[in-house]
Amino acid sequence: MNESVAIKTSNLTKIFNGNIAVDNLKLDIKKGELFGLVGPDGAGKTTTMRLLTAIMEPTSGEAWVAGHSIIKEGERIKEKIGYMSQRFGLYEDLTVMENIVFYADLYDVPEKERPARIERLLGFSNLTPFKSRLAGKLSGGMKQKLGLACVLIHTPEVLFLDEPTNGVDPVSRRDFWKILYDLLKEKVTILISTAYLDESERCTRVGLMYKGRLLMKNEPMTIKKSLGIPMIEVWSDDARNAREIIRNSEGVKNVSIYGDRLHIAIDKREALDDIIGKLRSEGIEVRDYREIVPSIEDVFISMVDKR
Amino acid sequence: MFKRIKQMIIKEFIQVFRDRRMKAIIFGVPIIQTIVFGYAVTTDVSNIATAYYDLDKSYESRELARRLESSGYFTIRYAPESTGEIRELLDRGKVLCAIQINSGLKKDLKKGIPTEVQVIVDGTDSNTAIVAMNYVSRVLAKYAKEMGTQNIKVSPVKVDVRTRAWFNADLRSRNYNVPGVIAIMVMLICLLLTSMAVVREREIGTMEQLMVTPLRPIELMIGKTLPFAAIGFFDMVFVTLVAVFWFNIPIKGSFMFLSLCTAIYLLSVLGIGLFISTVSKTQQQALMATFLFFAPAVLLSGFIFPIENMPEIIQYGTYLIPLRYFLVILRGIFLKGVGIDILWPQMIALFILGIVVLTISSLRFKKRLG
Repeated sequence: MNESVAIKTSNLTKIFNGNIAVDNLKLDIKKGELFGLVGPDGAGKTTTMRLLTAIMEPTSGEAWVAGHSIIKEGERIKEKIGYMSQRFGLYEDLTVMENIVFYADLYDVPEKERPARIERLLGFSNLTPFKSRLAGKLSGGMKQKLGLACVLIHTPEVLFLDEPTNGVDPVSRRDFWKILYDLLKEKVTILISTAYLDESERCTRVGLMYKGRLLMKNEPMTIKKSLGIPMIEVWSDDARNAREIIRNSEGVKNVSIYGDRLHIAIDKREALDDIIGKLRSEGIEVRDYREIVPSIEDVFISMVDKR
Repeated sequence: MFKRIKQMIIKEFIQVFRDRRMKAIIFGVPIIQTIVFGYAVTTDVSNIATAYYDLDKSYESRELARRLESSGYFTIRYAPESTGEIRELLDRGKVLCAIQINSGLKKDLKKGIPTEVQVIVDGTDSNTAIVAMNYVSRVLAKYAKEMGTQNIKVSPVKVDVRTRAWFNADLRSRNYNVPGVIAIMVMLICLLLTSMAVVREREIGTMEQLMVTPLRPIELMIGKTLPFAAIGFFDMVFVTLVAVFWFNIPIKGSFMFLSLCTAIYLLSVLGIGLFISTVSKTQQQALMATFLFFAPAVLLSGFIFPIENMPEIIQYGTYLIPLRYFLVILRGIFLKGVGIDILWPQMIALFILGIVVLTISSLRFKKRLG
């Protein structure tokens, strides 16, 4: 296996009682990548994570993580990876420090290196002042950061994060991503899954997952351009009515509302003036409009619609 | 490896002692059980309402009456003048026991030849009847000995006689019950704590997290059982101390031997606890499963009802209950003072049972999600 590859899967498949959760997955993730697995609930993201972290056996296919087979060398993989499951379980009746020390012992982190590592982890997660607070008394965002500190204590080569920012406030989410970028500088490979499509644009590469299959994988910009059709964004105070008016007009493929904005996928650029004209003639106030690069969400929705 | 196990154990202890409910289980259960079985559940009999029918009317017969009363077991309420009167008193439930002294008691005692005293008891309460019989015999035997007579024969009337082994000179049911509490309590505490501790990890999601660490299943199992074995052991010592120093229950055998047997008993109890944890998804389920096992296990163990009285098929079933063997061991150690030479069959049975249960549980106790 190539030295520069951190995760590789070949036809990885998992079937639960006849339901295909992961369908012939083919993935190559290079060392130092921040790969985002994006998709709605039930797309198979968590199952993929569990297969790759060797806590679940695949029905067929094979995968290698950090150079080891998930089927034959599961225990070797466990030493080299960190995994934060969706409902990361902290021991809420242990303090922040006790939680970290517990994981340090499970991973046999040498005593000598411990104080420095713990200090660093507490530092970047801003948990130093809460060292002796019970984990159960932390806020959601802090819990998440403590979870991350716990899975980083043994400096893993590959990090698996299953919807880590689910239910976390925007400020904490931003902090969390900052930590991830710091980790990338240290050549850690990260596989992150998320149902927030806007978040996926922060990854170096994104895989769109739907019903167990990988619909597409590429750099966020490439994915966005792949839609191949222009998209316009229209600001209007009356977005809801505006949508109803143009929904079935000629040349309009898809309309979605984002607050006071409309994202309209159109056949060709020439249709733009017609659409704006039609809105104005119907009495809708259009504050502004422009052509935009579609977001990953736009691409995802149009891809799922096609199926 | 040892560092990981050590850390698991430290963590379990911290969690148990920070959890108020857990602390209540560990300290509350032994206290309540010892009190209940030491004081409340008693088959002892005292102050039995008695009729004393004295046909001898001698100094000796009156002395005998005084001794019966001063033993504390009997309270003489009536002095009937005929056997018909005795019957009526018994039928009306005014007395539970009637003692008839035939004329000739004084003569026989003087001559030092066997004499006969008749005891009539209300057989409807068979347990009390037997106990009353035993008390009368003992008081009479002691008196006879002092008077130089070989013995006084007690001839019972209307007693549903059942033989029962009493290795209990004072005939105190407490001596019989309290050692049994050790077995029941160690089982309850270990089952609950072990099964809950594993299931709790699954509930809060830490189990999935533990699975991706290099922690091996065997280490996880040891980490999840050893702390509760220690707590079970502590409770055993605690109840033993209460039994000996509070209830004055003699411990005739060796405490070291008792500890060894407790350790063997713990194998199967912890094994069952682990097994419950492998079949339960939530703590409620673990709790239900524990009591589903616990209640029949206690009833069939011989703790309350003698196993010999059970239907044969059920008697075979009791061989699968570790409690059964440990009760024999405990009562053997406390009341008879016997050791390994007598109790080895129970010890071997417990050991085999423990190994089998632990093996089955650990086979089910896998690290993968499936």
